[in-house]
Amino acid sequence: MITTKKNLQPEVLEAVVVRFVGDSGDGMQLTGTQFTDTSAMFGNDIATFPNYPSEIRAPQGSLYGVSGFQVHIGSVEVSTPGDNLDLLVAMNPAGLKTNLYAVKPGHTIIVDTDSFTKKNLDKAEYKTNPLEDGSLDNYRIIQVDMTSLTKEALKDVEGLDNKAITRSKNMFSLGMVYWMYDRSLEHTVDFFNKKFKGKPQLIEANTRVLNAGYYFAETLELIPNSYTISPAKMAPGTYRIIGGNTATAWGLLAAAEKSGLELFLGSYPITPATDILHELVKHKHFGVKAFQAEDEIAGVTSAIGAAFAGDLAVTTTSGPGLALKGEAIGLAVMVELPLVVINVQRGGPSTGLPTKTEQSDLLQAMYGRNGESPVIVIAASTPANCFNFAYEAARLALEHMTPVILLTDGYIANGSAPWKIKSVAEMPEIRNHKITEVKENWSPYSREEKSLARNWPVPGTPGLEHRIGGLEKDSITGNISYEPKNHEEMTRIRAEKVRLVQNNIPELKTEFADSGDLLVIGWGGTYGSLHSAVKQFSDEGHKNVGFAHFNYINPMPKNTEEILSKYKKIIVCELNSGQFVSILKNRFSKFEFFQHNKVQGLPFSNEELIHQFKLLV
Amino acid sequence: METITAEKKYTFKDFTSDQEVRWCPGCDDYVILRSMQKALPEMNVNKEDVVFISGIGCSSRFPYYMDAYGMHTIHGRAPGIASGVKLANPNLSVWIMTGDGDSMAIGGNHFIHLLRRNINLNMVIFNNEIYGLTKGQFSPTSLLGQKTKSSPYGNTQPPFSPGELALGANARFFARIGGNNPKDMTQIFIEAHKFKGTSLIEVLQNCVIFNDGCFDEVTDKDVKEDKQIYLEHGKPMIFGKNREKGLVLKGLKLEVVTIGENGVTQEDILVHDANAQDPTLHQMLVRLEYPLATGIIRSFTDVTFEERENAITAQVKAVSKFKKADDLFFSGETYEIK
Repeated sequence: MITTKKNLQPEVLEAVVVRFVGDSGDGMQLTGTQFTDTSAMFGNDIATFPNYPSEIRAPQGSLYGVSGFQVHIGSVEVSTPGDNLDLLVAMNPAGLKTNLYAVKPGHTIIVDTDSFTKKNLDKAEYKTNPLEDGSLDNYRIIQVDMTSLTKEALKDVEGLDNKAITRSKNMFSLGMVYWMYDRSLEHTVDFFNKKFKGKPQLIEANTRVLNAGYYFAETLELIPNSYTISPAKMAPGTYRIIGGNTATAWGLLAAAEKSGLELFLGSYPITPATDILHELVKHKHFGVKAFQAEDEIAGVTSAIGAAFAGDLAVTTTSGPGLALKGEAIGLAVMVELPLVVINVQRGGPSTGLPTKTEQSDLLQAMYGRNGESPVIVIAASTPANCFNFAYEAARLALEHMTPVILLTDGYIANGSAPWKIKSVAEMPEIRNHKITEVKENWSPYSREEKSLARNWPVPGTPGLEHRIGGLEKDSITGNISYEPKNHEEMTRIRAEKVRLVQNNIPELKTEFADSGDLLVIGWGGTYGSLHSAVKQFSDEGHKNVGFAHFNYINPMPKNTEEILSKYKKIIVCELNSGQFVSILKNRFSKFEFFQHNKVQGLPFSNEELIHQFKLLV
Repeated sequence: METITAEKKYTFKDFTSDQEVRWCPGCDDYVILRSMQKALPEMNVNKEDVVFISGIGCSSRFPYYMDAYGMHTIHGRAPGIASGVKLANPNLSVWIMTGDGDSMAIGGNHFIHLLRRNINLNMVIFNNEIYGLTKGQFSPTSLLGQKTKSSPYGNTQPPFSPGELALGANARFFARIGGNNPKDMTQIFIEAHKFKGTSLIEVLQNCVIFNDGCFDEVTDKDVKEDKQIYLEHGKPMIFGKNREKGLVLKGLKLEVVTIGENGVTQEDILVHDANAQDPTLHQMLVRLEYPLATGIIRSFTDVTFEERENAITAQVKAVSKFKKADDLFFSGETYEIK
């Protein structure tokens, strides 16, 4: 007997974490994105993370062909995609097998029972059917014959082949999840209308399946209740959901417009950075010159050429590519040209873990060049603030006439979150050092006193013809010089120039306790995990714990030492074996630094962090 | 289309920098330098619009000696840097000055892709079949069996022919010239500048220290007229001290014939068509050992990379609703939080 539960009030939750998993072809990314957008429009705070196989078309049903999309929605601030799942939607046995670890006993799993065939169970390396052998007794399993129900819902829609019918079963699962979390179907139906414009049978089919899933959940005894997550308290304004790589690309667009320079990107495809190239190459209407070069080296060298000729020049890559670009970045240091190098970090060394996240390129960014070759190093810390830090990388490169390496990572680059849209008008001014007039005693290496930035005479300017190059140069004339004292002086100038950037960046801020027992330090893409862990720890009563997250690594903010001195203990948490902590130890040797490191290609979990904090307080 | 107009006339002195030239006495590099300084005033280009980009090697000191814009970069990478300069400012006359090692060994990948892409810039290879600045190792154009510092028992790596490699990479403009021939070299530089697309000039440059005399057999004043054929578009392929020899096509091979012998008349001699799209004959000419083909061997005007890019950009701009970055940022799926 079917009983309707419509009159039940949904239970209010603070936040939930949902993961959709299935075969690469099951449309899990789309399902996740729809759930995300609908929740964002409802006013929730959001963080998402996709997880797809590196194989482009992995064999159906295989363990390594599982594609997933995780979303964390909250009525409170949400800073990570979440550790433990409240709900797992598994479209096949392989998806269940590879994702069960993330579901705590007692939490809910929806499975498509139609896909639990002998063949698929074999492919997922299940000896017995987990739906029948009792191995899932500790979970709330909702078994739905989703494929059959989808077929049933579509039996009288004309013009659909069997493939199109099966492909829409992801919308059945989405409909169910919409009911469970009290979401409106409106946004997704609008989406169908736009996406399938001119294909009315596809609009009809998808809408039907979505509704079928929704009403199925409503009438299903197995789902005892629906839940709702109230809108979060977010600053008023216009928002959109943005991924880290898109935000990076857009930050560069904003910087180009603000600085009045044309944007040149020299790049070579590499996971997980390629989406920045994909995004920028679309924007020819803004005059963006996105040049896909023959290799990483040509990517950076073409950018250096563009910088010489007066463009805002950028190259994008990931770890192995940064290694290849090292020599050319050294050239940019030597010729003192503005250059933005963006490294979306992944697991290394060598090819390493291309689709997994890691923070192990920090020392490469700092020191990975021959000679003493200092560059500005900054790091973005959330998907949305990739926009700010890409902009900041451009600002600092132009204002200080030097390469800037911006570190992001696979986690924030592929993750997405609400972004309160920034208008270019709101962004800080960007100066540059171009000159157009010939002054007495002019030299290409004439410097601005406060920053030591050299001036930027560009080809095409009459009277400023000059030669620059990778050989050491006289500190005054810019002519080639092998004079010993001069080389030492130039080495000092190049280092001092980067150090002086301290005067042009914000001070380090702390969150939670501004002094006390323990300071938690992080940098770059771990902000969300660390913030969420420190918050929980603080909420649990540890009010003497502070959190400082670094976005500026070279140089560090001026007040770094002052902040360090306000706490009894310091722990530095990084997704590497201790790279940032080695820099801190070197610069601030009077402090003792504890460390927590993880090199698994995975972000930190709340639990492991809190466990570490507990050991220290 | 770009228009480069000179507001003033220059002499070679205007392009001579104040730097002391530090090549070995007697090096052909001096000839190349002076030919370039003489060619530039003939190009109708403003001095401030001329840019020389080089990599590493003896040849790559070149930019320092020119009073123009220049960058001496890193080994093999001049093509990337020059491409960036040209794409950033299409109004510039951009010259890559490189050597056989710089362009075809460490920079081999950039070399072929530069030619395939066809950006409107120029590249001069100083081919001396040896590494000079590192003091005498074999290069990718050194002869098989050649004894060098790094091949004391003879080179075991067969060489590239720059021209063959270039045409294989779809070079649209290829010229070859002896390093002791400033007059024709100057003219070729001017033609390379006029050519729209990537122009490649191979200079057979004698290294007086590490490979002295390597081209003597073909470039020596006494023999060059008999051993070289200087090709000119639209003219018959005739060479020899007495202009008595010529080239004909026999089967799939070029053959040297003597006009007036065996019934051969001037009408039988091939006429050089440098502008032909089909590179077959150009490839044969490039491979020819006797006589060695010099002059502009290929000059086929094709669509350039910039023209293709500009056409797409114009189309995108015409239909795009995005004029400012804000238009993009606030487009699509946005929502309000109140």
